[in-house]
Amino acid sequence: METTLAIVIGGLYAISFYLMLRRSMVKLILGLMLFSQAVNLLLFTAAGLTRGQPPIIPEGADALPVPFADPLPQALILTAIVISFGMIAFTLALTRRAHSSLETDDLDQLGRSERP
Amino acid sequence: MKLALVLPLLVPLLTAVACILAGASRVAQRALSVLGSGALLAAGLWLLRSVDAGGIQVVQLGNWPAPFGITLVADLFSAIMVAITGFVALCVAVFALANIDPARERFGFHPLYQLLLLGVCGAFLTGDLFNLFVWFEVMLMSSFVLLALGGERPQIEAAVKYLTLNFIASGLFLTALGILYGQFGTLNMADLAVKLRDQPSGVTLSSAMLLFVSFGIKAGVFPLFFWLPASYHTPPVAVSAIFAGLLTKVGVYALIRVFTLIFTADPATTHTLIVVVSVLTMITGVLGAAAQYEIRRVLSFHIISQIGYMTLGLGLFTTAAIAASIFYIVHHIVVKTNLFLIGGAIGHVRGTGELKQLGGLYRDYPWIGLLFLIPAMSLGGIPPLSGFFAKFALVKSALEIPSYWPVVAALAVGLLTLFSMTKIWAEAFWKAEPEGATGGTRGPVPLLMLVPIVAMALLTVAIGFFPGTLLDLATRAAGQLMNPNGYIEAVLGRTP
Repeated sequence: METTLAIVIGGLYAISFYLMLRRSMVKLILGLMLFSQAVNLLLFTAAGLTRGQPPIIPEGADALPVPFADPLPQALILTAIVISFGMIAFTLALTRRAHSSLETDDLDQLGRSERP
Repeated sequence: MKLALVLPLLVPLLTAVACILAGASRVAQRALSVLGSGALLAAGLWLLRSVDAGGIQVVQLGNWPAPFGITLVADLFSAIMVAITGFVALCVAVFALANIDPARERFGFHPLYQLLLLGVCGAFLTGDLFNLFVWFEVMLMSSFVLLALGGERPQIEAAVKYLTLNFIASGLFLTALGILYGQFGTLNMADLAVKLRDQPSGVTLSSAMLLFVSFGIKAGVFPLFFWLPASYHTPPVAVSAIFAGLLTKVGVYALIRVFTLIFTADPATTHTLIVVVSVLTMITGVLGAAAQYEIRRVLSFHIISQIGYMTLGLGLFTTAAIAASIFYIVHHIVVKTNLFLIGGAIGHVRGTGELKQLGGLYRDYPWIGLLFLIPAMSLGGIPPLSGFFAKFALVKSALEIPSYWPVVAALAVGLLTLFSMTKIWAEAFWKAEPEGATGGTRGPVPLLMLVPIVAMALLTVAIGFFPGTLLDLATRAAGQLMNPNGYIEAVLGRTP
């Protein structure tokens, strides 16, 4: 399972960087979205995958049975998802605004107003 | 609960909430913003005093013991940074009253400004890498909106670049956290420091480098600085001044924190790399500045070049060098913010920051000329101003190692900095004003702009005349950073 996910994560990183290197603003946003998903998956996988072992102490016992699924990385990912959601929402609003004032999807036109 | 440690977070948070509640009342928002920034300065000074008197302060929020809970920790370095943040925040908040237009105030400039300060203070005070990430995001979110607020076209273009680069930096940060957590099962900085001690491994090195790139983007080191000169000159001056003063320094703070506390097992690799990158940062920044002809663009490139000096102290990795870095950070925050504010005052009376269209300012505003010279000469390193002692301490610490070629670079870059400052002086103040220039108010500089500029110039002069006080404080802070056992013991409650 780890191997499959590692390949998926590597693929996602590669795709997201490829998209970010394109000149189109839409592809830039898609790249950023995929990037944040890839990072979340990496956090999830790097902390170790344990199936069907919730970290709950059973009745009568006073310690967790080993192995158990570590809940902390999932809490981290939850936080990271919320943050990246906010960032993506802002990015979308910003690029919409940029598109309406630049009237182009081409990132190379950014900063055109600076050049004489 | 140690109140002194929590106040620098509570004050800006409550001020932001109060500003939002004050809503439509512009007067109330303005008063609250200045009051809140003043209270932050008081809280910062209190924290500095209690850390200075009582050693490293730690609070475990929710009463979960470290490394499980959320740890707030303030050593001398954090406390110095929070105090200087309070000072700059107050100065810029006053300047903003005269600089930010009513439309931007109506769309929430004041609450955003306070949330930015909250993020900055949080980053200085947290003892946990994941919380550092969260505070970075708080800071970045507010800075995105502050940068884009107003929606002028250059602002929007700058915001797209700024946002993309910082998004990537945050992603790399989180990647490094994932790898570290997978390997060591903790993200508490003190706990990581214990677990990574004297264990150089490939995984550690790769996460160290990921963090270096991520913080390097935020700090603006070579070759990751391109977003900075592309964005800092576009928003209103009060916004770019607080960005210039504080945001890159948060990146430098994070670099110093992780590379003195956590990744110290293999300084021959990591810290040598930092020295090389620092020297390149200094040189490219100052050469970039030489090519620019807009005041805030010149100053933006100088931020980059000065960041090189701060990280150089970290790369040299001795107590004296890190003390020099801390001295440099404090000096630079005050001086650079002040230069941006003076650039703003010039823009106010002349309507432009383009050096070619400026002139005759010394004839019309001799006092502004004098006030410009203080931070400008300080930035160039002319005695007896603060910049001279900052550079002197850094060069002296490098010669003690001995490490000669960074010294050569530092001195040469100092000369070129002086050249840039004289360029601004000659073009804006000295030469006659080009014919037909009529922009700006042409009236006297508003008192609300003058007061913060004078206050910061006074602090620059005071550091210059009494460098011993700050250098002593910085040396003790560096001593704490170089012997992290005290920090680890304070957080984990046991001797490592």
